Amino acid sequence: MSVRMTKPWIELTEENVARLPGQTGVYQVAGASGEALENGYAGGRSRFGLRSELADRLAALGPGHRFRYEVTTQYLSRFHELEHIASGRIRPA
Amino acid sequence: MDLSLTYEQKSLIETVRAFVRERIVPLEDDLDPDASELPEADHERLVAETKQMGLFNLGAPPELGGPDIDTVTNSLLAIEMSQHRAGLYTPCYGVFGSAAGLAQLFGATEEQKEKYLYPTLRGEKSGFFALTEPSGGSDPGRAVRTRAVQDGDVWVLNGSKVFISGADTADYGLVFARTGSLEDGRKGLTCFIVDADTPGFAVRRVIHTLRSGHYATELHFDDARVPAENVLGEVNKGFGVANELLTRQRVVYSAGCLGPAYRAHEMAVEYAPQREVFQKTLAEHEGIQWMLVDNEMDLRTATLAVLHAADLADRGQPFRTEAAVAKILASEAAGRVVDRCIQIHGGYGVTKDLPLERWYRELRIRRIGEGTTETQRMVISRDILAGRHRPVLR
Repeated sequence: MSVRMTKPWIELTEENVARLPGQTGVYQVAGASGEALENGYAGGRSRFGLRSELADRLAALGPGHRFRYEVTTQYLSRFHELEHIASGRIRPA
Repeated sequence: MDLSLTYEQKSLIETVRAFVRERIVPLEDDLDPDASELPEADHERLVAETKQMGLFNLGAPPELGGPDIDTVTNSLLAIEMSQHRAGLYTPCYGVFGSAAGLAQLFGATEEQKEKYLYPTLRGEKSGFFALTEPSGGSDPGRAVRTRAVQDGDVWVLNGSKVFISGADTADYGLVFARTGSLEDGRKGLTCFIVDADTPGFAVRRVIHTLRSGHYATELHFDDARVPAENVLGEVNKGFGVANELLTRQRVVYSAGCLGPAYRAHEMAVEYAPQREVFQKTLAEHEGIQWMLVDNEMDLRTATLAVLHAADLADRGQPFRTEAAVAKILASEAAGRVVDRCIQIHGGYGVTKDLPLERWYRELRIRRIGEGTTETQRMVISRDILAGRHRPVLR
């Protein structure tokens, strides 16, 4: 498994979000020009896992964004890993 | 033999129990079920409370500002402090201080204490402990392959470490490296204090396990240059640093396994008379009654073993065998108890609505961390065969 997230970007739209699984996992959101804006996770208290979390992000950010995600039960440690890669505290080989 | 608790012990237990149930548990309603951190404002507020209670920096000796309590009392408090969802690996989310994890620093030079220990005790810095390597963790005398070679007044470190908690957020770490030959075993190991911003040192990745909130990392050292003044203790004597203190803490670690098991058992005892199946409550079914009895026997046996080891440590008697027995009994009994409690709760037992599933996952690691069950058995058998072991009644 790659330490960096390498899944393809998807347009953040209602239609695409509706297809997401209800499982726990992590996600990244990027702006229209491809710059990563934020990391997030759908944890044990999310209503419908990644689907409801990304729906919330779409409602908050509006159109014109992209996202990618990973389904994982280790969502917290994976989230911290992504955060610390972004901050430079974790430097993958 | 008097197993009754002193007035001070009872009072401390009641204080910590109330703190856990009234201050910590309600906060967990708003946290992710796997969370291992409190919001900063809550953490600061609760640290202020534990300081006011005189219980901050549990595990630090009184001369370093820790409370003057013995190993028995420390173990009793560990049982209480771990009785919440995150309690196994982050009892009370660290608001009682983090002194216990870096006991090696208690023997540091005054300059090292000024730079690392005192800021850590004040909560201004944090450190990590790096011993385990890809080649193993149970037998560090042979498994440590990270090399340190002296170059003038610096040591140059090369190698890697795995399963290291907190390294991605720490300011420094205690890193064990081989300075002698492989044949020297433990006598060829030296402990270095490595600043997190040392060029050549890098945290490469998180190692994802079934413990998601309190996670481990993988570290690499590529020509990391560490000043000679950062050798902790003596060269080639790294493993002896605070050895007895660490064995004492293993007793407290064992006690910490029991807290969630006590709480799980309590939950099962409350639930069994309420839930009905086949026109009887669960509590009226013999199968459930016997599970509760098995829990009770496991908890009593393990608790007595922990307190026996703690008592020997406090009386200055040899307690290595007893600490190993306590580690096995507590980590294994707690796993069995939580497993039975999940069974009693049925489907709800494995949901994230209840803390049982997290305890179940995390307790599995306790049979491996701080010396596996098999390593503890080796310690005990060596002591028996070498005639160092004395029977319980002596």
